[in-house]
Amino acid sequence: MKARNLVRLAGILVLVAAAAWVDWPENPGLHIGPVNLNPRMVQGLDLRGGVRVLLEADLPESTTITAEQLQVVREILDNRVNGLGVTEPIVQVAGQRRVLVEIPGVDDPDQAIATIRETGLLEFVEVDAAGRAGLLSGQIPVITDLVTSASPSTAEPTSSGSATAPASEPSPPAASPTGAASGSTPTAEPTQTPFAPAPRIFHTVMTGAVLADAGVSTDGFGRPAVEILFTSEGGRLFAEYTSTHVGGFLAIILDKQVLSIPQIGEPITNGEGQISGDFTYDEANALAIQLRYGALPIPLRIVETKTVGPTLGQDSLDASLVAGLIGLGAVMLFMALYYRLPGILADLALLTYALITFALFKLIPVTLTLPGIAGFVLSIGVAVDANVLIFERMKEELRAGRPLQRAIDLGFSRAWPSIRDSNLSTLITCGILFWLGSAFGASIVKGFSLTLALGVAVSLFTAITVTRTFLHLVLDSVRLEARPWLFGV
Amino acid sequence: MIDIVGKRYWFFALSLLVIVPGMIALAMWGLPLAIDYTGGSLMEVAFPPAARPEPSEVVRLYESLGISGAVVQTVGEDGLTIRTREMALDEKDRVLEALEARFGGPVTEQRFDLVGATIGGEVAERSALAVGLAAVGILLYITYAFRGVPHAFRFGTAAIIAMLHDVAVVFGVEAILGHFLGWEADALFLTALLTVIGFSVHDTIVVFDRIRENQALYRRLDFETVVNHSIVQTLDRSINTQLTVMLTLLALLLFGGVTTQHFVTTLLVGVFSGTYSSIFNAAPILVVWEGREWRHWFRGEGPAAA
Repeated sequence: MKARNLVRLAGILVLVAAAAWVDWPENPGLHIGPVNLNPRMVQGLDLRGGVRVLLEADLPESTTITAEQLQVVREILDNRVNGLGVTEPIVQVAGQRRVLVEIPGVDDPDQAIATIRETGLLEFVEVDAAGRAGLLSGQIPVITDLVTSASPSTAEPTSSGSATAPASEPSPPAASPTGAASGSTPTAEPTQTPFAPAPRIFHTVMTGAVLADAGVSTDGFGRPAVEILFTSEGGRLFAEYTSTHVGGFLAIILDKQVLSIPQIGEPITNGEGQISGDFTYDEANALAIQLRYGALPIPLRIVETKTVGPTLGQDSLDASLVAGLIGLGAVMLFMALYYRLPGILADLALLTYALITFALFKLIPVTLTLPGIAGFVLSIGVAVDANVLIFERMKEELRAGRPLQRAIDLGFSRAWPSIRDSNLSTLITCGILFWLGSAFGASIVKGFSLTLALGVAVSLFTAITVTRTFLHLVLDSVRLEARPWLFGV
Repeated sequence: MIDIVGKRYWFFALSLLVIVPGMIALAMWGLPLAIDYTGGSLMEVAFPPAARPEPSEVVRLYESLGISGAVVQTVGEDGLTIRTREMALDEKDRVLEALEARFGGPVTEQRFDLVGATIGGEVAERSALAVGLAAVGILLYITYAFRGVPHAFRFGTAAIIAMLHDVAVVFGVEAILGHFLGWEADALFLTALLTVIGFSVHDTIVVFDRIRENQALYRRLDFETVVNHSIVQTLDRSINTQLTVMLTLLALLLFGGVTTQHFVTTLLVGVFSGTYSSIFNAAPILVVWEGREWRHWFRGEGPAAA
C-alpha cells in the first residue's frame, strides 16, 4: 500500500515537472531526432494580434458573386484555419467579392498563407482524348475557363493593396494521374502519341460547390478512393454530362493539379461518384477532408497580407491575470479553511490542475484569448467540485462514527458514482458539440467544447488520483486518528 | 430538517418571477446583437509616420461621438483598423474629421467596407441544434445511468427541463440588461450559454445521484421524503461548489477589467440559476411527476394550497 502510493507520488511528480517545463515561458523546446517539440503559448488576436490576409474572388468583374457563395467561402476558410478548433481566427466577408482572414499567433505571413492555400478548388473539366493524353503527360498546362488570372495555388502574396498575381504557371500533373471512376469502365493505358503541346482552355463543367459530402471508400481494385456525394444540382449536372458524353472523359482537377481522368462508361444518375488514383488511405482521407471543408465554390486570390496589432491593450491582460490570481487564492483559502487538511491537499491538487491544463493549452495549441483566460479561471472553481463531493462524503462518514481510514475510503467510493455521472454527461455534451461544431463549421462551438473537455478530464485526474495519493501518504506518515479537527469534524 | 420539496410551488413561482419578465423583455425588445453577428463597417486609416494614436484613445473618441463597441487594432506600420456597427457615409466623414482634429495631421482613409458577421447566422442556428442533440444525448445517458431506479426516464427529462430553465433565465436577463445597459449579445454570449448548459446538468446529476442512492437505502420512506432528504444531504456540497465558482467569477468581475464584465456577468447569472434549478426545480419536478400533480392544477384544489 505504502509502496504503491510512493510510486504514484513519483508519477505525479514527473508529470508536474514535465508540465512545469512546458509551462516555463523561456522553454527552449525539444529537438531530438524526429521529436520536434516547441511549446509556445499562442495569444489571440485580442491579446497579441496576428496576420491579416485579404482574399478576393478571382473571377472577372462582370461575374456576379452571390452572398451565399461568399458565406460558404467564409465558413470553409474558418474551418480550414481552425484545424482542431482552437485557433480563434476572424473570418468575415468584406464588401461584394472579398473575404478577410485574421490569424492569431502567426509571426510568419507565409505560414498563414500556407494554411489558406490548402483550401482546394475542385473542378470537373471536360476533356477529349488528345487533351487527356496531354494533361496526363504534363505537356498541356491545366487552364480552364473558370479561372481568369490565377489560381490560389499560384498567386503571389504581396503587401501592397493593388498587386495582381501572375497568370497560372503550368502545373505538373499529380503523382498518380491514372485512375478510374466508379460507374465508368476502367480505361486502357493512355496512348502516348507525340503531339505539339498547345495551350488550351478546357471547359469546367462544375466545381467543388456541387459536393454534398466526401468520404473514403475502396475502388474496384480494393484500393483507397474518395467517395463523393453530389448535391441535387450537382447530381443533375453530373447525370447530364455523363449521359451526353458516354465514351468521353471527365478530368478531376484539384487546384490545377490533375487527380484523375476517368472515362465515362455509362450515364451516372444516382448522384454519387468516386475519385480514384494510387492513393494511400491517408492521402484519400486527407483529400476527402479537403473536399468536405475545402471545396471552394469560387477561386480566390490573395490581395494583401499585413500584420495587425491586438484589439485589447496590455492593461486588459494584466487585469485578468490579477483577477485570476485573486480568484485562485480565494478558492484555495476557502478550501483550506473549510476542509482543513484535505482542503490543503486539494489545493496542491488544484495547482497541479492549473499546471497540467496550461501545459496542454500550449501543446495542442489552444489560442489564448482574454475570454479564454476567464474561462480557465472559472474552471478552477469547477475543478474543486469533485474534491468538495468527496470531502463532504468523508465528513458524513466521520460523523457516522467510522474510523478515519475507512471514512476516507468510503468518501471516495461513495462520491464516485455522482462524480462519474456528472462529468460523463459533461463529456457527452462536449463530444456532441465538438462533432456538430466540426460538421457544421461552427468553430467557436468546437473550440469551446475541446477546452471544456480538457478541463473536465484533467480535473478528474487531479481531484481524485492526486488528492487521494497525497491523503494516503499523509496518513501513512502521520498519526491523525486523534486529530479529527484536521478534517473539519 | 429543512423542507424544500414541500414548498416546491413557491420555488417554481420564484423561477417564473424571473423567467416571465425576461421572456416578455425578449419578445418586446429582442436581443441586441453585437457586430460579431450582424457585421458592420470596417474602416482602415493611415496616419503620418510616428503619429498613430493608441487604439484605446481612438475607442474613447468613438465613444464620445456616440459610437460604442468600436474594435480598434493597429495594421502594419502606421495604420489603424476600426470595426464598428454599420455607418452611413456622412457619419464616416464626421468620424474622419474628428480623428484629424483630435490627433492632428492628415488622416488618410485607406478602405471603407461593409463587412459581414464573423459569426454567421447559421452558427447560431447550428449551435441551437447542437444543444438540442446534446440534450438528447444527456437524456439517453441519464436514463441509462439511472436504469436501476424506477422511471429513469423522468430523471433525464427533469434534468433537461432544469437546463431549459437556466437557458431561459440567461436569455431573459440578457434581454433586460441589453435594453437598459445597452449590452449586446456577442460571440462570448454563446460561449457563456454553452458553459451554463454544461454546468447546469452537472449540478443536477449530483442531486439526482443522491436520490438514486437513498431510494435503494430507504425503501419504506415515501418518494417525497427521500427527495427532500437527498436535497438536504447534498446542500453543503451544492453551496460550497457554488461558492468556489462564485469566488472566481466575482474576482473576475471586480478586478478583471471592463472587457470581460459582460461575459462574467452572464456566467454569474447562469451558474447561479444552474444551482438553483438543480435544488429547487429538477428534484421537485420528480415529486410532481411521481404524484401526477398536474391532475389537480386546474381544479382549485392544488397541492400548492395544501
